[in-house]
Amino acid sequence: MYEFKYHRPGTVRQAANLLVKNEDAKVIAGGHTLIPVMKQRLASPPHLVDLSHIEGLNTIEMKGRSLVIGATAKHAEVATSAIVGEAIPSLASLAGGIGDPAVRHRGTIGGSLANNDPTADYPAAVLALGATIVTNKRRLKAEEYFQGLFSTALEADEIITKVMFPLPKKAAYVKFRNQASRYALVGVFVARRPSDVRVAVTGAGSDGVFRVEAFEEALKKRFASKAIEGIEVPAEGLNSDIHGSAEYRAHLIGVLTRRALDAANAKG
Amino acid sequence: MAKISLIVNGNPVTANVDPRTLLVQFLRENLRLTGTHVGCDTSQCGACVVHLDGKAVKSCTTLAVMADGHEVKTIEGLAADGAPLHPMQEAFREHHGLQCGFCTPGMIMTAIDIVHRKGNELDDHTIREELEGNLCRCTGYQNIVASISAGAKAMAKSDLA
Repeated sequence: MYEFKYHRPGTVRQAANLLVKNEDAKVIAGGHTLIPVMKQRLASPPHLVDLSHIEGLNTIEMKGRSLVIGATAKHAEVATSAIVGEAIPSLASLAGGIGDPAVRHRGTIGGSLANNDPTADYPAAVLALGATIVTNKRRLKAEEYFQGLFSTALEADEIITKVMFPLPKKAAYVKFRNQASRYALVGVFVARRPSDVRVAVTGAGSDGVFRVEAFEEALKKRFASKAIEGIEVPAEGLNSDIHGSAEYRAHLIGVLTRRALDAANAKG
Repeated sequence: MAKISLIVNGNPVTANVDPRTLLVQFLRENLRLTGTHVGCDTSQCGACVVHLDGKAVKSCTTLAVMADGHEVKTIEGLAADGAPLHPMQEAFREHHGLQCGFCTPGMIMTAIDIVHRKGNELDDHTIREELEGNLCRCTGYQNIVASISAGAKAMAKSDLA
């Protein structure tokens, strides 16, 4: 790891000022992506701005008809929160399936979204549920937030403060885990929202999380696994690596979407 | 350099560290608490698990500066020298829960965390699921699971948390 200076601001404003003042500074919260990347010397930020001691930034609450999760809420906190369990149980179970228990004690929702790893779980939920990413500067719709591999709409001095999830009528997340890393080889989040149906896929796309519009169209008429039978997902644009070919991932998207639909419907 | 103050195994510690020092390095090299191991150094194997504010974390993926102002417990903090072992340590001894022993400190710290979160009556399936982030290269999982099951029950009757 290369040298850096460590900062521990007490407010989001202080944190943002540190980002403005120190070029190439990076935000850290749980550190469960950034620290490994720095150890491998793939990143060498000269300044780290630690958000984990900003009070209230990890608050989980209902605001109107939205579930609001603070950026530094840890995966374990989301997984075990009674509020999340009541509002969007599929989101709680998604958080409870990230990494392992020790990782879940450190990793945060804001960190996962800011990093936008193409195999991370949270991006699928945010895109399928149509969540809004709130930063210190503005509000970003999920569709405009994700911009490809490890790339987001966030500016250099922009900090995620919370994520607002509108409540779905039904939702479920199913992932097929890589046996070694436990990251999603493919993960599918389906959501039946008051206005539409969304199917978001993580792990498979060579450009990060994406929606399967052919499935969504069919599911609008009937929200059931039968409705998408026979609809093929093209392998074009999907990842192909030692863990699985693009064709295999395309096949998994169909299988996992059907499983997710069955799970969503089983919950009533 | 950054000045940090934290509680390690109940004792206040103050030190000047390079901010890039990992918590596990700080524990092993500065404090000479070498019970916490570095296995994979990539947050997968769990040999480095310690408790940070009472919760199991991977100390190879935590900066020492991030623990400033917090409380850390390592395997050395479970029982005083010469005193009876912590019930979870005793269970690992009794049930042969270790072969080479390298993963054992992390296994035990994780096991105690499991008990804190899931209670004293653990079925084998739960234990195996919860050991997701701890690897035993000897593959001695059978006895590790048996040890945790027994240790969890024993903890219910013990004053040691």
